[in-house]
Amino acid sequence: MFWASHFLAALAVVLAWPAPIVLSRAQWPSRSPFTAMVLWQAIALAGGLSMIGAMLVWGLEPLGDNLLEALRGLWDIFANDRPADTLGLVHVFALSAASLLTAHLVFTLFITYARIKGQRRRHRNLLNLLSSPSQTNPATLVIKHPAPVAYCLPGGARSVTVLSDGLMGLLSEDELRAVLVHERAHLSQRHHLLLWAFAAWRSALPWLPTSRLAQRAVNELIEMLADDEAVKQVDHETLVGAIAIVATGSHGPSTPHGLSAERSQSLPDGGMEPDADPDEASLSTVHRVRRLLEPQRPLSGAQSFTALAASALLLTVPTVLLIAPGFLG
Amino acid sequence: MATLGELERTVMDLLWGTQEAMTANTLRDALALAPEGTSEGKELAVTTVLTVLSRLEKKGLVERERDTRPHRYRAVTSREDHTAELMHEVLVTAPDREAVLARFIGSVSESEASTLRRLLGSS
Repeated sequence: MFWASHFLAALAVVLAWPAPIVLSRAQWPSRSPFTAMVLWQAIALAGGLSMIGAMLVWGLEPLGDNLLEALRGLWDIFANDRPADTLGLVHVFALSAASLLTAHLVFTLFITYARIKGQRRRHRNLLNLLSSPSQTNPATLVIKHPAPVAYCLPGGARSVTVLSDGLMGLLSEDELRAVLVHERAHLSQRHHLLLWAFAAWRSALPWLPTSRLAQRAVNELIEMLADDEAVKQVDHETLVGAIAIVATGSHGPSTPHGLSAERSQSLPDGGMEPDADPDEASLSTVHRVRRLLEPQRPLSGAQSFTALAASALLLTVPTVLLIAPGFLG
Repeated sequence: MATLGELERTVMDLLWGTQEAMTANTLRDALALAPEGTSEGKELAVTTVLTVLSRLEKKGLVERERDTRPHRYRAVTSREDHTAELMHEVLVTAPDREAVLARFIGSVSESEASTLRRLLGSS
């Protein structure tokens, strides 16, 4: 039991700091974004599990040889008023910390969900009044605005893709199709669930390098996954053309009409906006364009297998250590 | 029968299209004429219009002038300002916003834009 808690603590540290840094600097994720996505999820889940597990196992150590036995011991103390003198202050502290962290993570997950839902609902209410359905594309709304903008708003059966008429004026028919396929891939692959989970992970533990790096990586990887869907239907040049036009917004009018001065100042020109925090400045669009211009070989079968096996192992090890540390001493 | 959502849209279009405040009765008459209204040919009850208006009022889109009888309603701000507000939500970067909607292209910093131009120029 004791040994297991040390191992879990070491695993938690590795997953909170060095592992995400190494993965965020690796080049291969752009070759197989799906595999990288699985690995990031495994790192986050296993990281949380081993953080909680380490404290739980440490705190329960005096009560039994494995988790079940120890939990039964804990139940006896609470429910049957058994003496708790085997538990020292450190153990009580560790157990409280484990429960607090668990509650914090679960609570943040729900809070984040409610916040996202609320923002989407308000956005959708206004959107429904201001946009009109596209004549040619299903589940697509068109909003009158000069900036080239495309995005999708998830919401189950009411999921929509939104295009600005500014964008439609700038893109060719094929480029527009690339944008639509890209956005629909976000919706059909349920990327919003990943964004939700990693946004919650970040707001729960903002000071951990892993949560910040993971969120940024996931944001970039879902774009690559959606790009990969788009190039199944249009050629690479078309998609790159669409990205270039939207990203640089070069042909877009710089001052949207009909705005009060104060509003147009707060509104970024076209697609451009200086990043407030240079540390947050990502090069994800550059990465996307680079892999489209010079398509790289996806990972070989063996390499993908290694990454996926590592993910599976990351999830199995803390689970096994929690449930059956009796076997390990 | 038009849904409440569609009616809200048509009512807002009418209010945005005029500078003046309108009573529920005037709105009902205008709705009967509205070409895009699915309520064409059918007379809407004034109570329905009032329901729609109070929903819009709750959403902060419409304000009521209470000093006249019957009350008159007007749009709080112009359609353009609402659009700007909506686009601001879409275009502005905030880490906690990123999960709300997925943009085709996230915010591009000036330095990233110049890297992009270089990349695309050389291809």
